[in-house]
Amino acid sequence: MSVNAIRPGYHGDMKDTVDKFHGNQLINIGWDKHLMYATPVCIPVPPQMPFGALLQQVLPTIYGQHPDFEKIDWSVAIWSLGGEPFTPALDKSIADNGITHKASMRLRTPGLDGLAGVGF
Amino acid sequence: MSHSTQPVFIALQANNDTMPIVEAILADNPLAIAHEYPAMVKIDAPGRLVVKRESVEERLGREFDLRELQVNLISLSGSLDETEDEFILQWNAA
Amino acid sequence: MTTSKAPAKKLSLKENYALLTRDLGWKPSYQTEDTLFPAVKFEGIKIHDWDKWEDPFRLTMDAYWKYQGEKERKLYAIIDAFQQNNGQFNVSDARYLQALKLFINGVIGLEYSAHRGFNIVGREFPGVGTRIAAQMQAIDELRHAQTQIHALSHYNKYFAGMAEFPHQFDRAWYLSIPKSFFEDAITSGPFEYIIAICFSFEYVLTNLVFMPWMSGAAYNGDMSTVSFGFSAQSDEARHMTLGIEVIKFLLEQDPANVPIVQGWIDKWFWRGYRLLTLIAAMMDYMLPKRVMSWSEAWDIYFEQNGGALFADLARYGIRMPKHWEVTVKEKGHVSHQLWSTFYQFRHAAGFPVWLPTPEEMDWMSLKYPDTFDKYYRPRYEHWAELERQGKPFVNATLPQLCQTCQWPLLFTEADDPTEICYREGSYLGEKFHFCSDGCKDIFSKEPEKFVHAHLPVHQIYQGNYFNADVNPTAPDFNPLVEALKYMGINPGVDGGDFAGHIDAVNWELWTKRPANMHAPTTTDTAPERKSA
Repeated sequence: MSVNAIRPGYHGDMKDTVDKFHGNQLINIGWDKHLMYATPVCIPVPPQMPFGALLQQVLPTIYGQHPDFEKIDWSVAIWSLGGEPFTPALDKSIADNGITHKASMRLRTPGLDGLAGVGF
Repeated sequence: MSHSTQPVFIALQANNDTMPIVEAILADNPLAIAHEYPAMVKIDAPGRLVVKRESVEERLGREFDLRELQVNLISLSGSLDETEDEFILQWNAA
Repeated sequence: MTTSKAPAKKLSLKENYALLTRDLGWKPSYQTEDTLFPAVKFEGIKIHDWDKWEDPFRLTMDAYWKYQGEKERKLYAIIDAFQQNNGQFNVSDARYLQALKLFINGVIGLEYSAHRGFNIVGREFPGVGTRIAAQMQAIDELRHAQTQIHALSHYNKYFAGMAEFPHQFDRAWYLSIPKSFFEDAITSGPFEYIIAICFSFEYVLTNLVFMPWMSGAAYNGDMSTVSFGFSAQSDEARHMTLGIEVIKFLLEQDPANVPIVQGWIDKWFWRGYRLLTLIAAMMDYMLPKRVMSWSEAWDIYFEQNGGALFADLARYGIRMPKHWEVTVKEKGHVSHQLWSTFYQFRHAAGFPVWLPTPEEMDWMSLKYPDTFDKYYRPRYEHWAELERQGKPFVNATLPQLCQTCQWPLLFTEADDPTEICYREGSYLGEKFHFCSDGCKDIFSKEPEKFVHAHLPVHQIYQGNYFNADVNPTAPDFNPLVEALKYMGINPGVDGGDFAGHIDAVNWELWTKRPANMHAPTTTDTAPERKSA
């Protein structure tokens, strides 16, 4: 469907294309069943950053306060990318893993399902 | 057109000016119920509610223009019809 | 004996109205209607007879000025008395003041946008009755912006986070929600605007803004806001009747209008509902003396009153708005989810945030028997324990935002409150994210409009959020601090924890009463006034 505009062919300019982020791209990450983080987060990352660095250096600064975080076994963590199952290659970059600008990633850690039995 | 019995309401500021108006409404609308909230009185009625200028004037002790309701009106629900003599809220059934 | 002339017959309400409204219009003689009114056809709405517009209030300019003037005199007398009697110290406690910051920073801008919007449609509609109603509403909305500023400015002399309301409205990350709502409306065509604002917002949803908020102000001793609110609300009653009249007029003019109007009802009900999440959190968390819960308010003012309204509109072929069932499923959750969000991002907010006390949580257990103790009490107890341990919980990054409503994705699936609701779409090779089916539907119908939405989180990451006199290449450039300043928020002062906040400290110094009536503490230092 298309907007009904008084001027035919109206189209807003894309405000958030990747060229506007000074060499970074955006990724959105949510840790399922960990609603202590009330929303998924949005972070800028260099596309060349190895995925492993995301896990080792970036995620601890985001999720470190949750008691489950230090118990995560990354080898059995389940990822999805854009709603589809995804297996990241830790030694490959974000870009080479096919994680494009503004991608939405979800992390599930079965057995570590948050606090209070309600995914907190 | 038959009337629906879906609730209509009028809500007025609770103050000295509206006391006689509320009395008039309750007198003229036997099924209406007034609910008191902080600073507000909300009068609910099934399907239809009428504010009659004459009833207000009897209780106010002076002439009253129904447009004065504007000053103390908070909210209302229902379709509105207004003449010099009556301010009517009602829902019409299909 | 002189013949006395019989006094002129007084004009009836209807005659007076006809002379002062319809008879002021004219048919153009040397320009076409299409040239004069170029915006009324492109939306596909068909109007065959503008004279069928029935003005319910039959308000003419003479009565308008008379009664508006009376309301202004009453209101400003009360504001004077409030200021002269230090009314700002009569509110229940200093947490209530934080709700006023949402109001001054989030609502005044909406009133001003509405003023602009009604000026626009007041010019764009051919029908005289409609144009006069729009002109009056344009003046009403400007009056609301002005009276809100006056009613609240007195608090600004004593408390933080109120002085930069135009900047905050334009730039703060959680205020792009109201701002984008109205900008979407005023950039729509005139018929969509009038359905969006007059019907969906000012009729269907307005009671959820003003009734609980003004009752909340009354319960909490805020004479200024109560007086403003009731003074404005009588204008709102006229606006509401305009809304219901507009929708019936459009639906009766041509059956082709029905699906178009239904589409707008679906869109604007959802956008308005999402906007009201701010009210939900305000009602449940920010009123020290609570009036009712969001869940109760939604039940009364939407499920019951809204249900009655849509039952009445069914004869035109209009149904309940799409996704209305989701709003009912969510009513036990949204306020708690938003407060959890504000709590963890409190260092980036323009107001301080606090955790509910046991007494307040007991109220919520009562009002939310199916949800609070199971899903939300554990959160607050956990975070309170962390505070006691000196390790308060903070979310140090920025949230993912919905492209349409611009909320962070803080809402959960309607049928599973342990799962965030994620919806994603793709358009011309770009990805877009949404908090709900409702928001995704809106984007999908008008992607061209929403692709240039100004999302504050993305703007911050683009490096656009700093003031003109700041050098982003300087070694001590702190992007988050500068972003807060750009938003009109004073870093380290306006937000953060309520305990120890300048408002809380000053409140106790000035009033000798607890800043938080549910968690009283004592201080005994000398008073000092916030510097200008």
